[in-house]
Amino acid sequence: MNLHEYQAKRLLAAHGVPVPKEFPGKNVAEIRSIADRLFQEGAGALVVKAQIHAGGRGKGTFNNGLQGGVHLCRSAEEAEEKAQAMLGETLVTRQTGAEGKQVNVLLVAVAETIVKEFYLAVLLDRARELPVVMASAEGGMDIEEVAEKSPERIYRIHVDPAWGLLPFQARKMAVWLGLPPQLLRQAEKLLHHVYRTWWESDASLIEINPLCLTKSNDGEPAVVALDAKISLDDNALYRHPDLAGLRDPSEEEPLEIEAARHHLNYIKLDGNIACLVNGAGLAMAAMDIIKHYGGNPANFLDVGGGASQEQVAAAFRIILSDANVKGILINIFGGIMQCDVIAQGIISAVRDTELNLPLVVRLEGNNVHLGNEILSRSGLDIIRSDSMADAAQKIIAAAGRAA
Amino acid sequence: MAILVSQDTKVLVQGITGSFGGRHARASLEYGTRVVGGVTPGKGGQFFEEKTPIFHTVSEAVAETGATASAIFVPPPVATDAILEAADAGLELIVCITEGIPVRDMIRVKAALAGSPARLIGPNCPGIVTPGTEADSHGGCRIGIAPGYIHKAGDIGIVSRSGTLTYEAVWQLTCRGIGQSTCVGIGGDPVPGSSHRDIIELFEQDPETRAMIMIGEIGGSAEEEAAAWIKDHGRKPVVGFIAGTTAPPGRRMGHAGAIVSGNKGTAQAKIQTLKEAGVRVAPTPSTIAETLLELL
Repeated sequence: MNLHEYQAKRLLAAHGVPVPKEFPGKNVAEIRSIADRLFQEGAGALVVKAQIHAGGRGKGTFNNGLQGGVHLCRSAEEAEEKAQAMLGETLVTRQTGAEGKQVNVLLVAVAETIVKEFYLAVLLDRARELPVVMASAEGGMDIEEVAEKSPERIYRIHVDPAWGLLPFQARKMAVWLGLPPQLLRQAEKLLHHVYRTWWESDASLIEINPLCLTKSNDGEPAVVALDAKISLDDNALYRHPDLAGLRDPSEEEPLEIEAARHHLNYIKLDGNIACLVNGAGLAMAAMDIIKHYGGNPANFLDVGGGASQEQVAAAFRIILSDANVKGILINIFGGIMQCDVIAQGIISAVRDTELNLPLVVRLEGNNVHLGNEILSRSGLDIIRSDSMADAAQKIIAAAGRAA
Repeated sequence: MAILVSQDTKVLVQGITGSFGGRHARASLEYGTRVVGGVTPGKGGQFFEEKTPIFHTVSEAVAETGATASAIFVPPPVATDAILEAADAGLELIVCITEGIPVRDMIRVKAALAGSPARLIGPNCPGIVTPGTEADSHGGCRIGIAPGYIHKAGDIGIVSRSGTLTYEAVWQLTCRGIGQSTCVGIGGDPVPGSSHRDIIELFEQDPETRAMIMIGEIGGSAEEEAAAWIKDHGRKPVVGFIAGTTAPPGRRMGHAGAIVSGNKGTAQAKIQTLKEAGVRVAPTPSTIAETLLELL
C-alpha cells in the first residue's frame, strides 16, 4: 500500500524527521485559506503540489494543458489560481501511463531555500535479507540511473535488526554526504528517525528525494525532507490500523478492489485474452504463454488454491467488466480440489453471466476425466484443452475469430 | 535418501487443530507420512482424529515422539513465534506454510536462526514431498499442502518459489514416467527461510538425485545467486523456468516477493543469467519436462 506525499511526511514528522511547514487541502477554498495563513505567518513563497501516487509530478502535464504538477506561488491569489487549475483535473506523468491520475488533494508547503539536494532511502536488501539505508549526493536524480552508471556515488548501510541504525553509522553517512560539520548531530538524528519510521511502520520503502540542505532567512543551515514516498508492507497492516486507514481507494483500480473483496488477486493489463488461474506462479506463467504464442494477456488473476464456485463466479464478473476482453482462458491445476467441482463452478458462472465470448478450459489433476465430461455434457460452447500450450493457442485463435 | 526428508522422517504439525492444518495433517497421514504429533497450546493431552497425540509445546512433542521436522499451519501474527519455538525445540527441519507474514518479522527470524542447526523452508510455500514407492506415490513423506498423488518416486529434484506451477512440472514428469527424488517449495516471500541455491546445493550432494528443475519468478535475485553457484560448482544437469516475462514493473504479482522493482528482478535478466550458467531454460511452462528429457 502506498501513501501520498503529505501522509508520508506527516508520518516521518511524527517520528521526529524535519519536514517543511505544510498542509493538505481538498478544495480551492481550503487551499486559499491555508495559503493566506502561511503568508500571514511570514512565508516568502509557497509550493503547491499535486498529490497522486506517481513520480515525475513536477514534469507532468494536466489534460487541460497546464504544465507541471508542482508550482511555486508568490501570493495566496496565485496559489488559489493554481488550485483551481489542478484540483479535479487529470495529471499525466512518466509513471502514470497515458490515462493519468485525477488530482483530488493538493499539498501547500512553505518554500525552502535549497542549498543542496540529496537522495535517501530505506528498504529491504533482499540478497542480504537486511534493512539497508541508501544515500547519494545526487539528489533529485533518478536513483536507478545513478546505481547503474556510477554505483560508487551511492552509500549503503546495512542495519542489524537487533540494534537498529547505530549513531556512528549515521555519522559516517552524513560525513560521506558532505553535510556541514555543525549539522552532524542533526543529520545523525534525522537518519535515525527515518530508519525508525521504516522499522516501526513496517514500511517496505521510504524514499526521501530530495533530502535538502536548506538555509533560513538568517542563514542558518538545516536538513529537511522535502519530498517523501512511503510504501507499506500489506502483510503488516493488521498491526497498524491507523496507517491502514490512510489507504486512498481512488488511487486503485476499482476492479482490483472488487477482486480483493472476493479474495482474488487480480491485476488489470492492457491485452484482450483474460485468464483465470489458481496459484500466483501458474497465473504468471499463463500470461507468459499467451504472449509466447502471440496473444496479449488482459489480466493476472489468481483465484487461490481453492477456486470455489463463488470465487469463479466473481472472477467471471470482474473479467467481463473489462471491455477489451475478447476471450477467456481458464487453467486450473486441481491438486487438492476436485476437477468435477471446479467444472460445476465454471458451468454455473458461464450460465449466470450469459457468457458470449470464447472460453477455453484446461483442467488437470484430481478427477480430471469427470470434470471434462461434465463440461462436455453441459451443452455449453466450451473449448476443452489438455495442456497450457494448447489452451493458449486455442484461445488466441478463437478470440481472433470473435474480434 | 533424497533430500531433507524420507519416509522415516517423524513430523509434527503445529496448528493441527485448525481447519487448514487438520485437513493437511490428515492428507499427509493418508499419504503414509509419519505425522507423530500435533502442537496446539491449551490442547495438550487430546488426540487428533483419536490417534495422533497433541501437545502444548513443541519441546514436549519432540521429547515424547522423537520428531525431527515440523509443518507450521498457524496464522501470520503467531507464525514467527511458532518457527522460533520449533528451532528452540531442536527440530532439524521447519516448514512454514503460513502466507502473509510481515517482512520485518522474517528479517528478525532470519537473524535469530543464524547459526542455528534448524533449516527453515518457507514461509508462504507448499512444503516438501519425497514421493513414496507405493501406488500414487504413497508411502513417502509429505509435509505441507501439495497433492501427493501427482508425484512418482524417482531421481529428479525440484525446487520452486511457486505452488501450482510446481505441481504442473511434477505432473508433466509423472505423466512421462519420470519420478522425483524430492520436491521443495521454498515459497514466494521476499525473505525465505531457504533459497534456490541452498536447495540446489543439497540436490547436488544427493546421490539419489540425477538432475534438477529450478522454477523461479520475477523479483529479487535468488535465481541469479543460484545460477552463479551452478556455474562454479554444478555438475548435474539443471532445467530452469522463470515465470513473469509479461509481468508489469512495480506490481506485486500475487506473491509478496514477485515484483519487478525499477529494472531489478526481471524474468528476462534471470533467464539470461541462468542460460549463461549452463541451465537449460524451458521456453514455456508446458515444456518443462520435455526440456529435461532433451537434456538427459
